[in-house]
Amino acid sequence: MRAFTYERPDSVAAAASAVANKQGAKFIAGGTNLLDLMKLEVETPTHLVDVNRLPLGAVADTPEGGLRIGALVRNSDLAADMRVRQRYPVLARALLAGASGQLRNKATTAGNLLQRTRCYYFYDTSKPCNKREPGSGCSAIGGFNRIHAVLGTSDKCIAAHPSDMAVAMQVLDATVETALPDGSTPSIPLAEFYRLPGDNPQVETALRPGQIITAVTLPPAPPGTQLYRKVRDRASYAFALVSVAAIVDAAAGKINSARLAFGGVAPRPWRVPDAEHALEGAAANPTAFAQAGNAVSAGGRGYGHNDFKLPLVKRTLAAVLNAATRQA
Amino acid sequence: MSEIDGGRRPTRRQVLGTSAALAVLGYARPGFPADVNPLSPPMSAGDPGIVNAAVNLTINGTAQSLTVDTRTTLLDLLREHIGLTGSKKGCDHGQCGACTVLLDGRRINSCLSLAVMHDGDKITTIEGLAKGGNLHPLQAAFVEHDGFQCGYCTPGQICSAAGMLNEHKAGWPSVVSDDLASRPQLTDGEVRERMSGNICRCSAYPNIVAAIRDAAGETL
Repeated sequence: MRAFTYERPDSVAAAASAVANKQGAKFIAGGTNLLDLMKLEVETPTHLVDVNRLPLGAVADTPEGGLRIGALVRNSDLAADMRVRQRYPVLARALLAGASGQLRNKATTAGNLLQRTRCYYFYDTSKPCNKREPGSGCSAIGGFNRIHAVLGTSDKCIAAHPSDMAVAMQVLDATVETALPDGSTPSIPLAEFYRLPGDNPQVETALRPGQIITAVTLPPAPPGTQLYRKVRDRASYAFALVSVAAIVDAAAGKINSARLAFGGVAPRPWRVPDAEHALEGAAANPTAFAQAGNAVSAGGRGYGHNDFKLPLVKRTLAAVLNAATRQA
Repeated sequence: MSEIDGGRRPTRRQVLGTSAALAVLGYARPGFPADVNPLSPPMSAGDPGIVNAAVNLTINGTAQSLTVDTRTTLLDLLREHIGLTGSKKGCDHGQCGACTVLLDGRRINSCLSLAVMHDGDKITTIEGLAKGGNLHPLQAAFVEHDGFQCGYCTPGQICSAAGMLNEHKAGWPSVVSDDLASRPQLTDGEVRERMSGNICRCSAYPNIVAAIRDAAGETL
């Protein structure tokens, strides 16, 4: 691990300024991903700004009937919050499907959103990687790419976003609240928070230097059954190969509305408006589920080892829709 | 090395310490010239050099004040600075759970946390679980059920189980719970899911699960 200086500011404004004003500075919250990467020298910050004691650890009801989740709320506390368990079960399930009990006790809401890809080549500093070292090339294209993305990729990067929590927040139409050193507090819809790799896979989010996440706000949950289905290599403590978050409003064999988000298949939590439209007013049957699945995989491409993900995401979606409409 | 010359058997720790010292001197890592320290790459722009910081924390009820390199993990502070070697370094990347300790009663991976981030915190390690010469119920249950083979993962398993039982007592669901809103029975399936952050390469899992379920009956 490279050496770094360390400070623990006592206000959000001071933390934002500390990172904005110092080259090589980074925020550290739970540290479960950043320290992992620092040990491997994939991340080499020269200054750490510890935000753990900032007053961003509360979950509060919003006047609109939603929930405002502080940036420092630990993943385990969020999953255990009775409001999340009762009103946003898709989020509770997604959180509980991620990582381990120990990691969830440290990992924060903001840190989970900002976690980096688990692409093997991003983690291996002896290999080219456009995300880690812009312009060096992508080792995953033509390499081992079983865990990589099949949607939203570019010829510079095919890394997949690893979060479960963010997939559930995407289906819930969450908004990311932030603060800048100048005191402004811009909000960013989660749908606009992540950048696709394009020619610059090293730029992953819309955040500017020193911009700090202060909260994630959920609007009131829409009507319908909420489900999170995660497909992975082992039954627990593994990243998703494919995951589906769904909110399906159905009655008497007919789907009124369906919201869908997908994990493990794209550089960011993935929404497919065409698939959602295809299900609106459709009969709850395998033909409709397959049509929605085709809309998801349209425009996707495999890179060899991950070819299986396109059929797998369709089958997983069909299973989720079947379960959601059977319950209705 | 004097212990070896003197005819005494070196302890495992002395041997490991010696190899670490050789590695620091650049002798033990093939591929690196002897004058390059492989553990400390050349200074880059902005590299602040070695930075020390003061840390005050309470470990197993005892106040500790230390000055450590900011890079020191909580695990290394426990093992290398305080001498509490019960917490084990397995993967050092939060994947195996051997380093699990309790932070204010909550289980965490001590390898993925910086010591400086824990100023003022209360940490409990495996050495702090027994009370007044009596084993913690989980320790007794692991002995009773033979919940180990080599024992390397055991301190992490037991600390993790202690934190997990607190979580279950607080009504936390897991991903295998059918109903998110109520506290589930601690079935084998629940224990296995909740303990998935602790790997046992001897695969003593059936006995570990039995020990935890047995202890849960005592502590719940």
